[in-house]
Amino acid sequence: MAIAKVLGTETEYGIAAVGVPDFNPVLASSLLISTFAGSLRRIRWDYEQESPLRDARGFEPIPSREVSDEDLGLANVILPNGARYYVDHAHPEYSTPECLTPRDLVIHDKAGERILERSLGEVATQLPDSPPLLIYKNNSDGKGNSYGTHENYLVDRQTAFADIVRDLTPFFVSRQVFCGAGKLGSEAPWDERGRPIYQLTQRADFFETEVGLETTLKRPIINTRDEPHADPEKYRRLHVIIGDANMCEIAQFLKVGTTAIVLKMIEDRFLPDLSLEGPVRALHEISRDLTCTVEVPLADGRRLNAVQLQWEYFEHAKKYVEREDDTPDQRDVLDRWEAILTSLESEPLSLHRELDWVAKFRLLEAYRERSGLDRGDPKLHAIDLQYHDVRREKGLYYRLERSDKVDRLVDEADVERAVMEPPEDTRAYFRGRCIGKYPDAIAAASWDSLIIDTGAEALQRVPMREPLRGTKAHVDALLDASHDAASLVAALQG
Amino acid sequence: MPEQERKQVKKSGGGDESDADAGQVSATSKAAELKEEMDDILDEIDSVLEENAEEFVKSYVQKGGE
Repeated sequence: MAIAKVLGTETEYGIAAVGVPDFNPVLASSLLISTFAGSLRRIRWDYEQESPLRDARGFEPIPSREVSDEDLGLANVILPNGARYYVDHAHPEYSTPECLTPRDLVIHDKAGERILERSLGEVATQLPDSPPLLIYKNNSDGKGNSYGTHENYLVDRQTAFADIVRDLTPFFVSRQVFCGAGKLGSEAPWDERGRPIYQLTQRADFFETEVGLETTLKRPIINTRDEPHADPEKYRRLHVIIGDANMCEIAQFLKVGTTAIVLKMIEDRFLPDLSLEGPVRALHEISRDLTCTVEVPLADGRRLNAVQLQWEYFEHAKKYVEREDDTPDQRDVLDRWEAILTSLESEPLSLHRELDWVAKFRLLEAYRERSGLDRGDPKLHAIDLQYHDVRREKGLYYRLERSDKVDRLVDEADVERAVMEPPEDTRAYFRGRCIGKYPDAIAAASWDSLIIDTGAEALQRVPMREPLRGTKAHVDALLDASHDAASLVAALQG
Repeated sequence: MPEQERKQVKKSGGGDESDADAGQVSATSKAAELKEEMDDILDEIDSVLEENAEEFVKSYVQKGGE
């Protein structure tokens, strides 16, 4: 029986400084995060894997390990909502806390946008003389440089990785039709740079292989990073690198919700073999086909378009959910998935209220019509970028939202709450509550541990190897009864 | 969604288009209608773009990530 799909996303945001093209993005990202995080900044990220001195008091540098961003003084914080907010390469990155449902994931992914938006406000207030920073939730600068939005799914270790590769690859190649964020231009190494086409996705151009460990070059459709951040005997964390950053809540919901169901079906060997003949080429062709009708060859000789491939997955998912996993959340995913596929089949451009690639395309086309610009005009590229601005006053996605031209899935009050509060049904609850309640006593934290400094001789590591332990139901009474970290540790040991 | 909002899809170019652009479509065959519906947003676009938007977007270069 498939295991629960604990979910999370990691988003690297694009960053710019107004009027200073040669600004330092690493330091600017760090400034943004540390200004937002304030005093939480002293809580360290616990690099457990690299650290042999895991229980030692104090944090002497360990000479054998690589210099981490943190050693360079770059911000890397754990927030009271259980999320991680840090500098990754030259971008601010936000990793959501672990969520149990796609709807919660949408809420926490949006909370990440609000945190970036708020960070911009904090920098502007506290450093009024510094050049204004800008933040974009997209995945490409339009010049051949991509930054990622990764998804994570908890998978049963017993599931053969070969099964995941076989059954997930055609799904990823075809899911672009609803989860692509849209892009003006081509950045594929084999194509003419900047050719003025419009694509379903930001990312397809950057994928060159089927399976591999890389994330920054020769990117693979299936990434093999094996870092479970949980009990490695029981779990795998599937690290998905092929998605786009979504602004539309429904696109985001479907991206994560459908993928989670497909993974459950893989664990329960519920799917037929839909292997593609040439998945990388198919990925590129589908991204460049706004009609969603281009057919790609399957290994069994059939030719199906992306929507037909999705119907194959959907029909199995419907049976699977009815038989094995009939919950209101899963029903919601199925209903929306079916509605979207039905519209994609008849009229993809009707989905401008639900899907990013359509909403942005429509905006670009309307502006182009009114202004008479050519499709390759830089002004249109500026509009493409501005769609992803996280400031609700300025971002064009948010302008559409404000004038009721896109559909929301979640309540803004829930998003606001998720800026400060963790999900209640995963271990993120324990992490977040401890950070919120005992900030001075948390020496370090990671996805699967907390290190508590009670003032005693040794630091106390609290392992959290089970993603579904440490929920509100498990620990709320304990946390309520523990007025300080020492009493928490005593209770945990008792 | 109201039926009148639905847009016609029109393949660009017609029969002699190159294969490279085969999947490109235009949303502007009902251009007037689209423009009218989007007018309020279109009016705002220039005010939300950065000054010298063309230059700004050309200078928007990111270091790779991930």
